[in-house]
Amino acid sequence: MPDTNHLGRNHFELLGLPVAYSIDALSLERGYRDLQSRVHPDKFAAATEPERRVAMQWAAQANEAYRTLRNPVERARYLLALKGFDTEEESNTAMPADFLMQQMEWREAVSEARAAHDTRELRRLHANLADSRKDMLRMLELAIDRESNFDAGCSLVRKLRFLDKLEEEIDEGLQ
Amino acid sequence: MALLQISEPGEAPEPHQRKLAVGIDLGTTHSLVATVRSGSAEVIADAEGRPLLPSIVRYARNGTAEVGYGARAAQADDPSNTIVSVKRFMGRGVADVARYGALPYRFTEAPGMLNIETIAGARSPVQVSAEILKTLRARAEEALGGELFGAVVTVPAYFDDSQRQATKDAAKLAGLNVLRLLNEPTAAAIAYGLDHGSEGTFAIFDLGGGTFDISILKLTRGVFEVLSTNGDSALGGDDFDHAIAVHWRAQYKLADAGGGDTRRLLATAREVKERLSAAETADARVTLSYGQKLHLTLTRAEFESFTASLVQKTLTPARKALRDARLDVADIDGVVLVGGATRMPHLQKAVQDFFGKPPLKDLDPDQVVAIGAAIQANVLAGNRAPGDDWLLLDVIPLSLGLETMGGLVERVIPRNSTIPVARAQEFTTFKDGQTAMGIHVVQGERELVSDNRSLARFELRGIPPMVAGAARIAVTFQVDADGLLSVSAREKTTGVASSIVVKPSYGLSDDEIARMLQESFSHATDDRDARALAEQRVEAESLLNALRTALAADADLLGAAERAALDSDMGELERAWSGRDHRAIKAAIEKLNRASEPFAARRMDRAVSGAFAGRTLDQVARK
Repeated sequence: MPDTNHLGRNHFELLGLPVAYSIDALSLERGYRDLQSRVHPDKFAAATEPERRVAMQWAAQANEAYRTLRNPVERARYLLALKGFDTEEESNTAMPADFLMQQMEWREAVSEARAAHDTRELRRLHANLADSRKDMLRMLELAIDRESNFDAGCSLVRKLRFLDKLEEEIDEGLQ
Repeated sequence: MALLQISEPGEAPEPHQRKLAVGIDLGTTHSLVATVRSGSAEVIADAEGRPLLPSIVRYARNGTAEVGYGARAAQADDPSNTIVSVKRFMGRGVADVARYGALPYRFTEAPGMLNIETIAGARSPVQVSAEILKTLRARAEEALGGELFGAVVTVPAYFDDSQRQATKDAAKLAGLNVLRLLNEPTAAAIAYGLDHGSEGTFAIFDLGGGTFDISILKLTRGVFEVLSTNGDSALGGDDFDHAIAVHWRAQYKLADAGGGDTRRLLATAREVKERLSAAETADARVTLSYGQKLHLTLTRAEFESFTASLVQKTLTPARKALRDARLDVADIDGVVLVGGATRMPHLQKAVQDFFGKPPLKDLDPDQVVAIGAAIQANVLAGNRAPGDDWLLLDVIPLSLGLETMGGLVERVIPRNSTIPVARAQEFTTFKDGQTAMGIHVVQGERELVSDNRSLARFELRGIPPMVAGAARIAVTFQVDADGLLSVSAREKTTGVASSIVVKPSYGLSDDEIARMLQESFSHATDDRDARALAEQRVEAESLLNALRTALAADADLLGAAERAALDSDMGELERAWSGRDHRAIKAAIEKLNRASEPFAARRMDRAVSGAFAGRTLDQVARK
């Protein structure tokens, strides 16, 4: 977890948002721009050196908050850490058998399509993956915001990380 | 409750309060300086009315430098002392410039970056660039009738840290207060966006004399947001000239020409290339140094055929930029052409075919970057009323990382991260009792350290001895709004913290800049101390003014004792200001800066709290 608190506020508070997984994209963007329009170093180019330095720290923090909260998986990971839950993505590799089976099938299909330069198949796989990802993000919202089941949230983040890696492989194949 | 000051939107401060600020486009082929006067941005021309300054510097035996058209006229007669396209050497070593083929210079390796041996002695690209910047600074101060408050200097978006640092050093050496290094395509977007009142997603396609950039920007009211950038900092119009010269050499079976003839051929190639943008054929006559007279011809079809691969080379970065922005060509609302080399018809056609729409080219591609930089300089100097400015969100072009085991790169900040950005990565020790750790900072996208650019190496010492894997060393990367990196490292588990801040190895230390400044003065009539005194006084005034403004707005943030201490330090600086000792002024500035740190932090807290209060009201209003 990065040190975020030298300014005394977490990412949500910094951008004026309720601390929750579910987020309003428009409020997020508005909160970010509003904050940047106050703290960005461009507003302090003619100010004293300490003010320029403080502005840089705040603006970097605003960018980090926006980057983290914009991405649903990163947002979930961050929120779970705030609740005291570590998603253990490096250490915990235990996955349900059916999920692993499906992963292997997908991975095989992706590498075959890549080897055959089958763009249509890669696009189809990409669409399937996107659907699956959407379902999981919905479950994430349910687990974190409604049921406060943070263990389930951590498990979903780990699964989503698998999907994101697979998506990267498909993207590379589509280049 | 404090009364709020309300001013008319767009109302500029009183004329006597306006600060003289300029935008400088330090280009490979030519450079420009522009400023905002009576509300509109314009390029400042020289005494003969010429807006462009050829980026060519010729050194004489006595150490003086001639810059611009005079130097250009001499390039074929005095090739080794006339430095052309120096931008391509900024922040580079001898091995880096081998790719440009035979150049009429004697390069030597020096710490940080290559040197060029001239009749006046060795010159670093930073010093050569500073000559160009000094000429532009003098031009602007003459035209504006006073000393410049500051300048925005543009750099190619794809410039890495070494190249950016070198550019900033050159500006400092030229005596400029750098308000910001601004990416060239972003500067163009500012000029274009404000001129056209545009909103939407735009691609800025910028092919200059020596560099190529493509930036994807989202323009909305009051915000210029760079989504991604890509490019090739070693591809530009120069390469098309080289291709023509190579073609002629083969066609006319010319022996390997000497430096002067190389320059003659390249200069002729440039002329012919420029004429081919309007004509189907072009020709020129050249007399080589050994008396051979040549009648050189070229058709547009020939030119387009042997430079097709160069044009294609621009499309790969364009694709990558779109991919990083997660956009398709269909999402792009407009393509803006920037840089003189975008006048080539086959390049325009390739851009049109790629984006599926005709590119926008109604602003002068040579001037648009300087104009945008001038507009931004005017904002940064505080010459526009608050609320009537805009937010500019730019990105870092290349990933930053550290060397880990096996010569692999661990990425700390990925490319296209919005700046400023700060990020920490934790590492641990490899051996029991290890007390030092080598840290190697690299920039680039490749997996292997050796395929990326090495920016800095330093050693973190004084790690308390522990078993392997127990130490927690946090390495923090910080990239400021100029896109410049600083790195620090700290051991976290013990109370004993080791900390070091490095500058990239291609950056000049303040001592080196001071030494270069001193050298340049030994050739001039300036009195060094008088100059330093003038500079420190300007800085003191600027600090005192900024603090007075801050106190007028937020004095209530200070307790009585704090206020008294600050007033006393301000008084001390005022007294130093009226003396003649520049070192005393510098010391008083540093003291006052330190003393005002808590005030700066509290003022920012208040500005930010305003954001929260504003949002609450807004949310209440929507219910």
